[in-house]
Amino acid sequence: MDFFIQQIAAGLTNGAIYACVALGLVMIYVSTDHINFAQGEMAMFATYLAWAMIDAGLPYWVAFGATLLIAFASGLFIQRVILKPLETAPVLALVVCFIALLSIFNALAGMIWSFTIKQFPSPFPRRDLFGNGLVSAQQLGVVAVTLVMLAALTVFFRYTTLGLAMRAAAQNATSARLMGVRVSWMLALGWGLASGIGSIAGMLVAPIVFLDPNMMTGILVYGFAGALVGGIGNPLGAVFGGFIVGVLENLVGSYIIGNELKLSFALVMVVGVLLLKPAGIFGRVIVKRV
Amino acid sequence: MAAMAHSWATKAGIGWVAAIFWVILAVLPLAGFVSDSPSFDYYLFMGQSMLIYAISVLGLNLLIGFNGQISLGHSAFFAIGAYAAAILMNFGGVPYWLTLPMAAVICFGAGFLFGFPALKLEGHYLALATFTLAIAVPQLLKYKAIAGWTGGVGGLLLDKPDPPFGIPLSADQWLYYLCLAVAMLLFWGVFNLLRGRSGRAIMAIRDHGMAAGTMGIDTGLYKTVTFGISAGITGVAGALSAITIAYVAPDSFTLQLSISFLVGLVVGGIASLPGCMIGGAFIVIVQNSSQSISDWMKDTFALRYDVPAWAIYGTLLLLLMFFLPNGIAGGLALLRARLGRGSAKS
Amino acid sequence: MAALLEVKGLSAWYGQIRALFDLDLTIEQGGVTALLGANGAGKTTSLRAICNMIRRAGTTIMDGTDISRRTTEDIVRMGVAHVPEGRGTFVALSVEENLRLAFHIRRDRKAAERDMEKVFTYFPRLKERIHQQAGTLSGGEQQMLAVARALMLAPRLMLLDEPSFGLAPLIVQEIFRILRRINEDEKVSMLIVEQNAALALELADHVYLLETGRVVMSGPSAMVKNDETLRKAYLGY
Repeated sequence: MDFFIQQIAAGLTNGAIYACVALGLVMIYVSTDHINFAQGEMAMFATYLAWAMIDAGLPYWVAFGATLLIAFASGLFIQRVILKPLETAPVLALVVCFIALLSIFNALAGMIWSFTIKQFPSPFPRRDLFGNGLVSAQQLGVVAVTLVMLAALTVFFRYTTLGLAMRAAAQNATSARLMGVRVSWMLALGWGLASGIGSIAGMLVAPIVFLDPNMMTGILVYGFAGALVGGIGNPLGAVFGGFIVGVLENLVGSYIIGNELKLSFALVMVVGVLLLKPAGIFGRVIVKRV
Repeated sequence: MAAMAHSWATKAGIGWVAAIFWVILAVLPLAGFVSDSPSFDYYLFMGQSMLIYAISVLGLNLLIGFNGQISLGHSAFFAIGAYAAAILMNFGGVPYWLTLPMAAVICFGAGFLFGFPALKLEGHYLALATFTLAIAVPQLLKYKAIAGWTGGVGGLLLDKPDPPFGIPLSADQWLYYLCLAVAMLLFWGVFNLLRGRSGRAIMAIRDHGMAAGTMGIDTGLYKTVTFGISAGITGVAGALSAITIAYVAPDSFTLQLSISFLVGLVVGGIASLPGCMIGGAFIVIVQNSSQSISDWMKDTFALRYDVPAWAIYGTLLLLLMFFLPNGIAGGLALLRARLGRGSAKS
Repeated sequence: MAALLEVKGLSAWYGQIRALFDLDLTIEQGGVTALLGANGAGKTTSLRAICNMIRRAGTTIMDGTDISRRTTEDIVRMGVAHVPEGRGTFVALSVEENLRLAFHIRRDRKAAERDMEKVFTYFPRLKERIHQQAGTLSGGEQQMLAVARALMLAPRLMLLDEPSFGLAPLIVQEIFRILRRINEDEKVSMLIVEQNAALALELADHVYLLETGRVVMSGPSAMVKNDETLRKAYLGY
């Protein structure tokens, strides 16, 4: 039983990270209909920036905040400079661009910081929380950060007019323009947010898996799975999906297939959801009268 | 894009260019008799790799360029082909040349099966599913339960075949000719496939998916079969690579391999058969000269770091998407059209 | 009366196909102008061209400012509210959110809140449905919502693209009554595109007749109303 609870706790921790990745993917998907294959590598690169700042002596939370801002700004920049000119390009061109970004970020990180793994500090103590070896403060911290971020985003999208404008732009760009919304900037903002959220995922996962340029590859796939399970157009669903995938991954890994086939499990989940329930479990059906 | 795809087939002159090109490729390795340069075997090996990559890109181009289905998972089919050949040779005692058609069949099956779910997926989603496939495969190949067959993390070591019937060629020369023959066969096959009725259907699906369906084309069947053929071709390339390198290991078949194919495809030219050759050669050239490119860039731009090949690939992909979306073959066609118009005026 | 919107030599294209040829048009301050004509005459195209939503050429001057090269968003921000063909409802947003979207560009929050109250006096039905998902509204309610959204932008000029399209006659009359009140009480000028010529002629004080992308006639609406040959030839009644 203890083992089971440990697995659930570990699953929720991983799930929190997948949820962040999924949330970033959803941010970009809802505003542009694109699936950003570079999401993981962008997060990894941001995490290296944080590492460099901490290594240079900055306090953890200062580095955290600065990284978040830089990641946000670079997401904005990438959309404005690289993707905006390709707005009307065919899907293949966009996929090629995302793959290009993936390669560039991966290569740059390896080039600047080398491919040897690095230790990344955690702001949360690894200490056992209840003295029974089940849940650590670190695990609780990761989940808490994710939930706080989700709450902040919910408030932003629900209760600010900027958030409302972003939702409107994502839903019906032409109509949003006619309400005076600068749609193309809303897309850029979506990229900025996605990139920022991704950097948080990177900084949360790095203490667990160690920092290296390929750290996010598998996590990205789980993020995809999470986003799809929850419904890729639905931020809240993506977070739930992330947690579900995290817990499933740990349970299936420990009890059924072992840790060596975890990525194949992700493949099965991705293909399975795409085929059986493409809208995801929480995919909202929008009622529309014609 | 569609217009370009037709232009190569209709121009009679292109046939001669292609013939001369293949003859040159066939004569090249004979230079080994006059040259006793020690690096000659290395060049032969590069030639083999170029042909193998060209075949892989051919497979991918059939799917992406001509049929409009995006795959980032062709490294998986390449891996299946390579492992099929390796396992058949190692445990089944199958002669190496026979593993090629067998790998083709196996990969056709795998591609056909994956093509079924792919039917329901379009654009970004298909890219996503195949991306996941590419990531999952290396881990799958390392799986302990099948390590008896696959050799696990360490992979399988094979014997390099010697030329048959006492033909006076070195092993590398022979393998080069093997790759060349297979490449010619497959390019010829794809050329004919695309020229015929099926080819028109395949391209109609890319250009007007819905309309193709209403015109009586069984789009589902065509798409899955195209996926199968594409995977089969890339699988043959995988088998060839296992034979020529005489070694297979899981970490050779990562997402990066898929990305190389994509680079070859985009550089050579989407929906261009000559482009596949250009792309294949390009991949090998960049891989082999990335150190010198890196040194050159370090000097020229006063960089403090080595520039890895992947940064070059990535930057190049971006630049191509912006400035030469139809790749080198497309650029050449454009150039020829411009020059042609110029001379017609004068 | 000074001109609020002056359009000179406006042309527009869909891809390679030219859909509008040198349209000249003036809208008076506070006036209601109707663009009439058959399907494909270029009515919707004119509205889109004024808002820079398609490839176009020519000059549009809004209240003395040249807006020919402004983006759609900027033109909207200058007080041109476009109620588009098909109503442009944000189906997944609530009715309230559809309206609150205007707050994004309104500087004066208090004035915007007041406008919201005012909008509900024109369209009490929307107030009843305030928390409903906009996609679940009936066609007539969605048309009301579209006009209400435009009104939330505190516009000086409203471009209305077939507000009667696909609606029951009673609802159409209700909407046109409200439009008349908005024009009179809020001093909002209007450029209205309609298939239902009789209805538009009631509301408008000035009329332009379009045929295959060209103006064939223009003048006060009373003139068109009283000229039977003209009506029969171009408006079919």
